[in-house]
Amino acid sequence: MNITIELQQEDMQVKGIIKGEIDAFTAPMLRERLAEIDLKENRHVELNLTDVTYMDSTGLGVFVGFYKSVNESDVHVELTGLSSRLKRLFDITGLGDIMDIQTVSEEVKIDETV
Amino acid sequence: MPQEFKKEYKKILEQYTLRQTEHNLYEGQNFSRQLIQKNISPEEVISIHKASLEEIIPDLPANVLHSFDLLIEVMVRYGLALKEHQALIQKQQNFKMEMELASNVQQTLLKTKVPEMQGLDIGMISVPAKEMNGDYTHFLHDEKTVGIAVADVIGKGIPAALCMSMIKYGMDSLDGAETDPIMVLDVINRIVEKSVSDSMFISMFYGTYDTLKSEFTYASAGHEPPLYYCAKSSSFAELQAKGLLLGVIANVEYEQHSIILDKGDFIVMMTDGVTECRSKDGFIEPQAVMDIIESVRDQSAQEMVEFVFHRLEELQEFEQRDDFTLVIFKKV
Repeated sequence: MNITIELQQEDMQVKGIIKGEIDAFTAPMLRERLAEIDLKENRHVELNLTDVTYMDSTGLGVFVGFYKSVNESDVHVELTGLSSRLKRLFDITGLGDIMDIQTVSEEVKIDETV
Repeated sequence: MPQEFKKEYKKILEQYTLRQTEHNLYEGQNFSRQLIQKNISPEEVISIHKASLEEIIPDLPANVLHSFDLLIEVMVRYGLALKEHQALIQKQQNFKMEMELASNVQQTLLKTKVPEMQGLDIGMISVPAKEMNGDYTHFLHDEKTVGIAVADVIGKGIPAALCMSMIKYGMDSLDGAETDPIMVLDVINRIVEKSVSDSMFISMFYGTYDTLKSEFTYASAGHEPPLYYCAKSSSFAELQAKGLLLGVIANVEYEQHSIILDKGDFIVMMTDGVTECRSKDGFIEPQAVMDIIESVRDQSAQEMVEFVFHRLEELQEFEQRDDFTLVIFKKV
């Protein structure tokens, strides 16, 4: 039931770090914070979920809603640091195919090639 | 405060100052219940206490009596807090009544009957975590085919239930149990995408079973994949079918697959209330759920679903976090 959300804006990019649990109690707070992101001023939003310990379908609903709104504004959003359990959730719902989702291991691979 | 209450309080106080027995204390305890019922505020009680004391003990020092005046002032805020608390309780009771009404309406409107089909044993259980069930199951059938929809509305409460009635009426408008699963999902997706608010989404699985061919044809919109149990090899497999959640975008391609059932085979359809069970030790692993199901594979489908629910209820220490829905189709 605990969540922390840090959002940093720089150079038309927003980097967010979400920690804790995203469930029916904390999802409204996350939704509010994401709604605060200015979609005209920014081109790219990265949300890091490495320290998200639990997410249920209400959490999923927040990300889908956010994805829908950024889609209309031509802003790119990516979710990074997903655990295998979280990735499975996005894959089953088909969101993994329409959203830019990266697991922890995939991020490491990208860093290695650079 | 009514006169008889003042008299009664004085009597109890007098008894207690004479003899400090458990019994006399208990009288006071009992009386406070009546005072609260009559909405007598804390500061009024202290005022009566002071007045009674003056009568019972005539030569009480003046400063002791003054101290009561201070106490009365301090208790005024407590009195306000108590009133606020009582108002909130009343509000909560009103909400509860409305919820019960909505829940009854939901159950009546959206009720579905488990059909009896030749050669197929069907079991179903759906238990909400709170009053309103966010999971929805719907059966369609004719003499030889049965269609089953299992949906999980992501979003809670009364809007979720209204969403469900959209699914029900959408399905009722189709050509019946023999409609292709892909078609069913497509129709429902379009209805939901147009009408539902941006924060409500639905995962849905739809399958039809042809009792003459023993063939189960299915498609999924972002739903938890069902399990298929093969009696011959005593093993489980996931029935995967790619497809996006309902209500996100209007044009979605769904995958459709078929499988033939042999005698003793069964299909387990569920919502994530089953797969996301947590005990104090963490998530209950899928293998554990499969083991529980397998352990009762020789029982009737209804017995199976009820056993699995109760067992998982125990493992979650009776703290159900999400709506739990389980449907089993077993070929007999």
